Amino acid sequence: MSTIVSLPDQSTATLPKVSYLNKEYGLKSWLLTGDHKRIAILYLISITFFFFIGGAMAGLIRLELLTPASDLMAADTYNKVFTMHGIIMVFLFLVPSVPATIGNFLIPIMVGAKDLAFPKINLLSWYLYIAGGILLMTALISGGVDTGWTFTTPLSTHYLNTHVITAGLAVFVAGFSSIFTGLNFIVTIHRMRAPGMTWFRLPLFVWSHYAASILMVLGTPVLAITLVLVILERTIGIGVFDPAKGGDPLLFQHLFWFYSHPAVYIMILPGMGVISEVISTFSRKRVFGYTAVAFSSVAIAVFGFFVWAHHMFIMGVSNYSALVFSLLTMLVAVPSAIKIFNWAATLYKGSITFETPMLYAFGFMGLFTIGGLTGVFLGSLGMDIHLTETYFIVAHFHFVMVGGMLMAYLSGVHFWWPKMTGRMYPEGLSKLAAVTTFIGFILTFFPQFILGYLGMPRRYAAYPPEFQVLNVFSTAGASVLGVGYLLPLLYLTWSLKYGAIAGANPWQATGLEWQIQSPPLTENFVETPIVTHEAYDYEWLAHKTEHDEVETVG
Amino acid sequence: MHFISPVLWQFLIKWLTNFAIFPPEASRIAPDVDAFYFYLIGISVVGLVIVGLLVGVFSVRYRKERNPEATQIEGSTLLEATWTIIPLALFMVSFVWGALLYFRIYNPPTNAMNVYVVGKQWMWKVEHPGGQHEINSLHVPINRPVQLTMISQDVFHSFSIPAFRVKREVIPGRYSTVWFEATAPGTYHLFCTQYCGTLHSQMIGQVVAMTPDDYQAWISGSTSGTSLAQNGERLFAALGCNSCHNGTPNAHGPSLANVIGSQVQLANGTYTTATDAFVRDSILNPTLHQVAGYAPIMPTYQGQVSEEGLISLVEYIRRLDSNYRIDQTLNVSETGAGSDAAPASGTSTSTASGMVKQ
Repeated sequence: MSTIVSLPDQSTATLPKVSYLNKEYGLKSWLLTGDHKRIAILYLISITFFFFIGGAMAGLIRLELLTPASDLMAADTYNKVFTMHGIIMVFLFLVPSVPATIGNFLIPIMVGAKDLAFPKINLLSWYLYIAGGILLMTALISGGVDTGWTFTTPLSTHYLNTHVITAGLAVFVAGFSSIFTGLNFIVTIHRMRAPGMTWFRLPLFVWSHYAASILMVLGTPVLAITLVLVILERTIGIGVFDPAKGGDPLLFQHLFWFYSHPAVYIMILPGMGVISEVISTFSRKRVFGYTAVAFSSVAIAVFGFFVWAHHMFIMGVSNYSALVFSLLTMLVAVPSAIKIFNWAATLYKGSITFETPMLYAFGFMGLFTIGGLTGVFLGSLGMDIHLTETYFIVAHFHFVMVGGMLMAYLSGVHFWWPKMTGRMYPEGLSKLAAVTTFIGFILTFFPQFILGYLGMPRRYAAYPPEFQVLNVFSTAGASVLGVGYLLPLLYLTWSLKYGAIAGANPWQATGLEWQIQSPPLTENFVETPIVTHEAYDYEWLAHKTEHDEVETVG
Repeated sequence: MHFISPVLWQFLIKWLTNFAIFPPEASRIAPDVDAFYFYLIGISVVGLVIVGLLVGVFSVRYRKERNPEATQIEGSTLLEATWTIIPLALFMVSFVWGALLYFRIYNPPTNAMNVYVVGKQWMWKVEHPGGQHEINSLHVPINRPVQLTMISQDVFHSFSIPAFRVKREVIPGRYSTVWFEATAPGTYHLFCTQYCGTLHSQMIGQVVAMTPDDYQAWISGSTSGTSLAQNGERLFAALGCNSCHNGTPNAHGPSLANVIGSQVQLANGTYTTATDAFVRDSILNPTLHQVAGYAPIMPTYQGQVSEEGLISLVEYIRRLDSNYRIDQTLNVSETGAGSDAAPASGTSTSTASGMVKQ
């Protein structure tokens, strides 16, 4: 079996007269919309806003760490800055990044439905997200909060007089937005698949969102309750975590990590879905071992719930429970390895082109491999003792979350930009941005592995002078990275008006979303599609394009 | 050197001294941890090179210009099994190796000398059994196992000595321990690695590893005059512990001689080993471990004794091998001219026992 797919001539493409973007006009038509695509755009704008606030905080952190002394800002300010960086990036950017924007836009189209199962709950989830964001900004503007994003007790409950309650409420409220998104995805994927769209014909993007949604729905309530307990402990002193009242301060960390470890998979799984789509499309080949990749997502979700105590190996948990959690951590590393090798094997005998989404996907594969393997360092008990709570941890999770997830997010945004807006991004500039991001990233975070093994603790405003040179590298890298993130903001905005018109299927991809006009109609499909082919069936696509043109309305 | 500009030369020297890339190996465990680290780096490099080669070679070999037609392949169970089992096997080696190290680092040998550490915002207080106190520094002899018994009096802290490759969380209300055996004399970093509030990054200090001779000189040069156990004995009397825990047959509380390390039967019939933590819990929350055969009448001492005081009491009880001296302190407090404060007012027990003998 072999397939030739040639890209369509885009010079003849035209924008459709009617689409979800111009069906209605006015602010009200956006703020009261039930359309999953418009809600996705609302999310896209708001998470971009918070990303750049969180990014500015990161810039301040790196500037402070340019010199060993705590000289740019007071230690207190530094603590508030890294706390805000963590809370914004985790809860307001990474958790909603791919699912609430790209996932929201694509899940209904990919399964062949008109919308998500609960459009109003979808809109409510965005309003909750915004409410959480406003609460957090209130905490920031009224003086900040310095608990660290982990809200560790008893520091957060008894020893700080900053705006812990406001920040806790912000995360609590934003948490419900992710519960609603997850719930919507699960119901939509179960109940609203088009005729013929069986589970094993679903794109892997849908599988990975399904796995992530289960984590969101089961994990997030635990975080919500934990934060309520922190707030109650602060206000009326219920004493669940207070050792003086017979409470257990370690209990907080068990509860917190019971959500916050699966949260890492909430963040990375949707990104893995993006990578599956992108690698398949640009090598014109079905994903190698579809079932293995699909089930590895589910395996990550299931094992992901049983590894939380690996954050606590040095905290005096029993040696034997440490043993069990270390073993499970090793097991959860395996499905990620399977995915990486399957993606690499997808390239074999493909017909590969190197558009921007593919470059970001290659960046993801390299950086995520490093991030995943350094996770094995930390999952190994004896090694974790030396490495935990140092810059090694910081480097590890930035490799996974930024090198992995943010790369996947940018890959996805570029890949589906023509579908969302109907226009192409500028190819040359965006390739430059992808390469800049990769180089900046390595320069920023690789030195931090070395710093971590040297023992430099995380969350330090000042550090011993022998660590300076590596920190200078890291700060230099951060400025390159900053350029890499600003570029897409500029040229994507530019492309909204001046970008080349994309046409329905500029990449000749097989997904249902590429068989409809760009940008899509509010109803997505003119008539309910009947699915007769598997995902990534390039034979079907070649056969289809021979015979009929893609339908547009208007 | 004349051909390099002196400014550039100074700059280079400054950079090189500020450019550490590997921490010193200064404890018995450090070379073993490093060996494991290099194994992990090894498998990471191999994994990364394989992924890089696959992506690189395929990208060149199957780029559209060279391979305009993609060949569709379902998958291969054999290949997938290979890249499931090999990583799994390598990860299992890491698991076992890591676990062996962990058990070594967190299970102190029985002959380790014990030093107490109290963490508080934002300093480390170190109490040596001989009564030496230190703040933000820890002096230890080389070639001798040292166990640290640590507790926090406020929030979570974490005691980290990178040169020794050891670290342990310091927890409020609970003793945690770590041990090491320094091998190279020198001064090493001591960090608090758990974020603990405003001055977290100033909760640092130094660990001074000394040759046994230097250490002896330091010990005798910096003693405060009273050992921890002597302090504990004073507190024991001041708090009136001796009125019940005096070892007599009709005492209200159990005898404490040789209690640490022994098996104790609890009121619910189970047995437990009495440890430092057991003694500390029993002082602050007496009904937590109610000992069989005694009525739950002991009051709590929560809020009356500082963590340092508790450490002194624990150290006193640890060294208590008979009730002989308790009898003596008991006699003193009964004959103390009606003044409850008498035993606490700094009257050292040696003079007290002198009084009994008269």
